[in-house]
Amino acid sequence: MEDYKFIGKPAVRIDGKEKISGAARFVDDLDFGPGLLFAAIVESPHAHALIKNIDYAEALKLSGVVKIVTGKDFPFKFGLYMHDRYIFAQDRVRFIGEQVAAVIARDAATALEGAKLVKVQYSVLPAVLDAQGALEKETVLLHPDLGGYKHVPWFFPKAGTNIAHLRKVRKGDVDKAFSSADYVFEDTYSVPRYAHCALEVHGAVGLYDNSGRLTVWTASQSPHTQRHLFAEALAPLGLSHKDIRVITPFVGGGFGGKAGVSMEILGAALATAVKGRPVKILWSRAQEFYNTYQRQGLVARIKAGFKKDGTLLALDNTLYWDAGAYVEYGANVVNAAGLSASGPYNIPNVRIDSYCVYTNLPPGGPYRGFGYSEFLFGLESHLNEIAKKMGIDPVELRRKNAIREGDILNYGGKMNASGLLEAIDKVAQEIEWGKKVPSRDPNIATGKGFALFWKAPAMPPNAGSSAFLKFNEDGSLNILISGMEIGQGLLTVIAQIAAEVLTVPVENIRVETPDTDRNPYEWQTVASHLTWGCGKAVERAAIDARDQIFDLIERALNRKREALYLEDACVKSRSDGSFSLPLRDFVIAGIPMEDGTYRGGPIIGRGMFMPEFASAASDPETSQGGKPNVHYTVGASAVTVEIDRQTGKLRIPKVVLAVDVGRAINPDLIKGQITGGILQGIATVLYEDMRFDEKGRLINANFADYKIPTSVDIPDEVVPIIIEIPQKDGPYGARGMGEHTMIPVAPMIANAVEDALGIRIKSMPITAEKIALRLLEGKK
Amino acid sequence: MKREINFVLNGERVSMEVRGNEILLEVLREKLGLKSPKCGCDKGDCGTCTVMINGKTVRSCLVLAAEIDKCDVLTLEGLMQGGLTPLQKSFLEHNSFQCGFCTPGVILSATELLRKNPRPDKTEIQEALSGNLCRCTGYSPIIEAIRDFSK
Repeated sequence: MEDYKFIGKPAVRIDGKEKISGAARFVDDLDFGPGLLFAAIVESPHAHALIKNIDYAEALKLSGVVKIVTGKDFPFKFGLYMHDRYIFAQDRVRFIGEQVAAVIARDAATALEGAKLVKVQYSVLPAVLDAQGALEKETVLLHPDLGGYKHVPWFFPKAGTNIAHLRKVRKGDVDKAFSSADYVFEDTYSVPRYAHCALEVHGAVGLYDNSGRLTVWTASQSPHTQRHLFAEALAPLGLSHKDIRVITPFVGGGFGGKAGVSMEILGAALATAVKGRPVKILWSRAQEFYNTYQRQGLVARIKAGFKKDGTLLALDNTLYWDAGAYVEYGANVVNAAGLSASGPYNIPNVRIDSYCVYTNLPPGGPYRGFGYSEFLFGLESHLNEIAKKMGIDPVELRRKNAIREGDILNYGGKMNASGLLEAIDKVAQEIEWGKKVPSRDPNIATGKGFALFWKAPAMPPNAGSSAFLKFNEDGSLNILISGMEIGQGLLTVIAQIAAEVLTVPVENIRVETPDTDRNPYEWQTVASHLTWGCGKAVERAAIDARDQIFDLIERALNRKREALYLEDACVKSRSDGSFSLPLRDFVIAGIPMEDGTYRGGPIIGRGMFMPEFASAASDPETSQGGKPNVHYTVGASAVTVEIDRQTGKLRIPKVVLAVDVGRAINPDLIKGQITGGILQGIATVLYEDMRFDEKGRLINANFADYKIPTSVDIPDEVVPIIIEIPQKDGPYGARGMGEHTMIPVAPMIANAVEDALGIRIKSMPITAEKIALRLLEGKK
Repeated sequence: MKREINFVLNGERVSMEVRGNEILLEVLREKLGLKSPKCGCDKGDCGTCTVMINGKTVRSCLVLAAEIDKCDVLTLEGLMQGGLTPLQKSFLEHNSFQCGFCTPGVILSATELLRKNPRPDKTEIQEALSGNLCRCTGYSPIIEAIRDFSK
């Protein structure tokens, strides 16, 4: 391994002082002066209805109300991958809470009061609240115009149905393989909807100034994508990209929920209705639950065929996703999961049908894990059951079938280099797999569970990253990117990458949150691709700056370029040990010549990155061809549990998680992602799920009823294991790992519950109540 | 109905008029410009609005501004008037934050704990922080920073 000075080393987070001092500013912390207006929306009380009439005469009379707008003012569609949403509902509402109108007032309380005075007449339609129901023949259609919607070329909507997209994978001959298999096992697993629960709610402030320029401050993972979607949607008003500016300060947690565009479109649109005055729209915690993206629900029917010796011959995985009222982003979750729903296994015969189904529930969308947590719950649970039935150790079964470098992926490409086997072995060793933990108390059952995981970034093949890097007079650096700091530590990692190339210490580098007018393009901060993609752009920008430095030294000082190198923020020469020129002496000021002139100019690096090998062009019937995924990050995880046989309450003494990060740019930050991701995963198994009533209303839209883990709900011990099999096209070999750490948690706990009690729970969450009830049933 | 209140905020005397229904969090953020207390849920569930009144942490989203008459109110801005506290430095060393939204509230709750109990064990720390939700860190880096500091 090469000897690096900054890569792989600890670094004080460069956003640390701002965050621990409270100096960090989030959208709602920004000041806009006394002219700031506030908006509140009028929400649909029906899961599915036609809008007959909107009467806001009463609301307009309220003192302090400035303006009221409805769908008639903004008959414009928007969407990331499919244009199936309007800014405000037009003739039809499709979920409870959907925005029908907005009241803009001089203060927030008046806006809310005004919204209550708006009278909307509806003609209620039957609603479909689950994917199976939406697929029935006689069901009601949510989007009768689906056939005409604009979408990316890798989506295949079925007009005249509620199927917004169907991703089909066909590899080998599944039917033949099943008929020749020694064992075939089939089962169904289900996963409910979940909420991201970032502590900061969504918010946006828009200002359409009198010169016609629109600035929107948002809590967002995706400033450039937001600008692009705002420009697309508001083009009929004469706005173009150069007229729109998105500024994103620190984000109080994203987890996918602040990717793309959801409520922020309101900030942009409403600003155009009150030209010259800033207008703020901030979600309540309840709205945060029911009118942003939710993690989609899933029912998975899994059939797997094995040879006697444990070889996995064939897999048939049918995934029905409850994608909600609009799928402009969520359909790509369905797509990504469909491409990868074999899990990290080498399976010669695969059939996957991943259905994106419209339902009258809130829009589904990206959530840390992007579909992989959901399908792996079923798949990894099912493999454990199969191992048990076949009398094979479940870790051995996984190891035997684990995907290796060069194995053929579901869509025909080859698997990248990975440390999956190393991860399996290290996790098994650390958790002492095969050794039963004795229980001190007969009322407490103990068990262990194991699961593998994989995930590829899901992004368009042309998702680009770019970076500018500029020196200051003292040799310090400012790096401009549009990757978002959402807590993961991106700014620090970016600084470490540049530090390694330029030998400028991390504490002398500033990286800030973006402004689309000033910072170069980044597609979105999603898909765990930032360290890899944005990091590569930054590495290239640093190399570009270094090249300029060496060019200048060669030109001005006649030093042989090949001999030059950087060390401790100085230019040095291998051919002359006495030569050492600090960067601060010339990166702005230039190099003085004997005649009093100077050579040089302020050094500015630029770098860009696009995965030029990626392609989404494939056969819609089989997914063969193309290279939709740039690489997979893989790993393994295991857990020990203690379960109270009376109450079903589960404790977690130990979790181990090994992930192959390619190269750990900052091991401490990776450990932070492991600790945090595991708890977010535990939350989905033990505590959380979204509950809807029979009319489609979310009944637990608050932290008292939707309980996220507190500091007393954590595992006793988390052992992070970092594996480094380099990703050749990543910066210093790095690949992403932020989402991955929550992916294996649900199945490994389900497997541990089975190990402890002999009961298999096939629907998440696995609450104490559910365990206790199953134990009671068993006693009857 | 407006009434005048007099209180000490971060060591400074403040006199101001508030309406009877005004919430302390709003007054701190919107009228007094203190942005470290955040609004995460507006219901007292999440702890991001934590401030101290007379040395005890409260959820400022549940307190009427009128109630702080003659009280001593401390926010994170006031706690660190002499620069980063040793506890904050320990947070920095242990990466005890990610997005930073819950951090001001967490630091105030931890500060209160350490004043009452300078050497808390892990369980005592967990219980003291159980009203401050954090979605990013998994809590253990926060607990480690407090334990390390109080050793």
